[in-house]
Amino acid sequence: MELPVRGISPRPSHAVTALVALTTVSLGLAACSPGSLGSSGDGDGITLSYLVPNGAEDVALAEQLAEDFSAANPDIAIEVETRPGGGDGDNVVKTRLATGEMTDVFLYNTGSLFQAINPDRNLVPVTGEEWVDAVDDSFLPTVSAGDDVYGAPVGSAMGGGVLYNRTVYAELGLEVPRTWDEFMANNAAIAEAGTTPVIQTYADTWTSQLFVLGDFHNVAAAEPDFAESYTDNGAKYATSPAALRGFEHLQEVAEAGYLNDDFASASYEDGLRMVAEGAGAHYPMLTNAISPMVDAVPDAAEDVGFFALPGDDEASNGLTMWTPGGVYVPTTTEGEKREAALRFLAFVASPEGCASQSTGQTPSGPYLVADCELPADAPTAVSDIQSYFDSGAVSPALEFLSPIKGPALEQITVEVGSGIRTAVSGAELYDEDVEKQAQQLGLEGW
Amino acid sequence: MATTVETPPTGQRESRPAPPGTGRRMRSSYPYWFYLPAAAVYTALFLLPTLAAFFFSLTRWTLFEYEFIGFDNFVQFFREPALVKGLTNTLIYAVVTCGLKVVLGLLLAVLLTSRVIGRGFLRSVVFFPVLVSTIGVGITFTVLMHPSEGAINQVLSLVGVDGPAWLTDPSWALLSVAFVDVWKGVGLATVIYIAGVVSIPREYYEAAEVDGASALQRFRHVTLPLARPATVTVIILSLIGGLRSFDLIWAMTGGGPGFTSDVIASVIYKQYQAGFYGLSTAGNVVLFLLVSAIVVPLFWFLNRREAEA
Repeated sequence: MELPVRGISPRPSHAVTALVALTTVSLGLAACSPGSLGSSGDGDGITLSYLVPNGAEDVALAEQLAEDFSAANPDIAIEVETRPGGGDGDNVVKTRLATGEMTDVFLYNTGSLFQAINPDRNLVPVTGEEWVDAVDDSFLPTVSAGDDVYGAPVGSAMGGGVLYNRTVYAELGLEVPRTWDEFMANNAAIAEAGTTPVIQTYADTWTSQLFVLGDFHNVAAAEPDFAESYTDNGAKYATSPAALRGFEHLQEVAEAGYLNDDFASASYEDGLRMVAEGAGAHYPMLTNAISPMVDAVPDAAEDVGFFALPGDDEASNGLTMWTPGGVYVPTTTEGEKREAALRFLAFVASPEGCASQSTGQTPSGPYLVADCELPADAPTAVSDIQSYFDSGAVSPALEFLSPIKGPALEQITVEVGSGIRTAVSGAELYDEDVEKQAQQLGLEGW
Repeated sequence: MATTVETPPTGQRESRPAPPGTGRRMRSSYPYWFYLPAAAVYTALFLLPTLAAFFFSLTRWTLFEYEFIGFDNFVQFFREPALVKGLTNTLIYAVVTCGLKVVLGLLLAVLLTSRVIGRGFLRSVVFFPVLVSTIGVGITFTVLMHPSEGAINQVLSLVGVDGPAWLTDPSWALLSVAFVDVWKGVGLATVIYIAGVVSIPREYYEAAEVDGASALQRFRHVTLPLARPATVTVIILSLIGGLRSFDLIWAMTGGGPGFTSDVIASVIYKQYQAGFYGLSTAGNVVLFLLVSAIVVPLFWFLNRREAEA
């Protein structure tokens, strides 16, 4: 399940990922686009290969899109090929683009990771296409480089915040917190009732980042020019009080003893099950977790709600949003294949495409294409997100406003949440980590 | 001096190949063109990549383009906060695994060269873990070492011991992985030692026995010194293995929790993952130099002592 966020995408076990990465890279080097080998002989039809991350959710979504697209365009078949998610997946994509072995279309992150694959050299611009006008303005900048747009949104928007168990809240008579103090008060009441207040799952390190990344709406509310100054080597996590709060919040819940006992060895799936079944009350998470959670525990569709991470100020309470991934056409796709690929992008960014996506995957929030509706039976947590969008209290996550995101954040937040490192020291270490990323990107002033 | 075959023999003595070790200079027994295929493969697959690595370690490299930045990567690599931790961990890991392999390997070899029942079977059992894939071993032990549901702690709790959180407790994580590494690698050390112990002539033991040496004394004064070549091999192999160890650590802890079980190789891998290609290449150059700096003098020292002994 790939998210438009570096490193915050669920990864299969590292070992497996590394193996798959090796295999995929060597396959890519050995044979031109292995997916085209088994093309279903449709006579003179065109077969497009489509590379997606290997998470079950992503594959199901891709297969559904491929099926519905071929139904509407019988002369074009789509073969889904998979790659690992996370950092290994980034390398597969970069390597295949660099060696000209990329599939005909591919799914990849938006925002800072998209900027890192040299869009103007490697991708076919889609700026003039009709469907671009229907795509939400919040999405387009995350798939644009220079004056050109390069991708169509696959999947729905996501929120980063807290999944909470509504049964626990109802039994204790609690209300959704709008400030951090209310959140901590709720935690105290939940702990007293004998339930785990906050779930953390460090067997999957990426899950540890939500307290920091999901807090960005509050940072932006307190320091509106943070993103710009951060990109220009001005604002820092360690020295900006608002940005430091995310690290401090994590340290506070850990020090208060609010975490589940097995936080160090619990996995992402454990966390979803705990919040769905009420063994834990709060699980800070991205809302694309709703779909696998409902698959694992069907009652969660009703029992689990969502709220944005609360900050200090009640008035500015709002949601940090992640835009979905994008589907792109590499410049190596030429001739009639390129035309077919562009038709696929147009299909993805259409109401029919959204409907197809809702069939393939439970949406994690609203679609970013005009006239796309959420299905009527969407889980409670999804409608909770929709309400933030309706009231306009939404900020994009930092990685869509700045190209810089340090790769070691997940290890740092694991250390802060485990009590190995303090919040201040964690923030300082992250600032150093960010510096490397900025230099690698060749940004001015670093 | 060169092409032996084509040069007509100038004298009978000269035309005979010099016995090994006696000639002033070894004469090649093949024409030079004979070496070409191997040389081409060696150049293409080993020399060029090595030179390319040295070059790219001096650049900021995105795979698509590079910018020459001199030694900045090395400066940055040494400023890396995780590096100090990684360096210490690498050394701890290498010394712990190497030491345990030497001790356990020798003891097992002594046991398995004695007249125990089912010796052949026991030897295969000790060697078996060497044949299993490292990643498979890592994943299996990750399950076995789970703090609450893992078999190890469940067995420990049966005898009333509260086992530590092997892989998630910062003070245990690195040692836990090292123990698994020893379990997996001790078979190879044992085999090398068995070969070493078996090659010791029986006469020494018999002579020692006649002189009234106890079993312990025979081990101390006969086996130990005469198995020295085997010890040198085991130390060198397991130390190099420990210094560049990566797969097991990555499969079991991923360097975690946090950075607490990071070794140099995992620091480098994470930089590669993050897309810092120039920086991670610089890290590999550093790792190469570090391994050479430790192993070359050690090899020289151990071999010199061997020659003297």
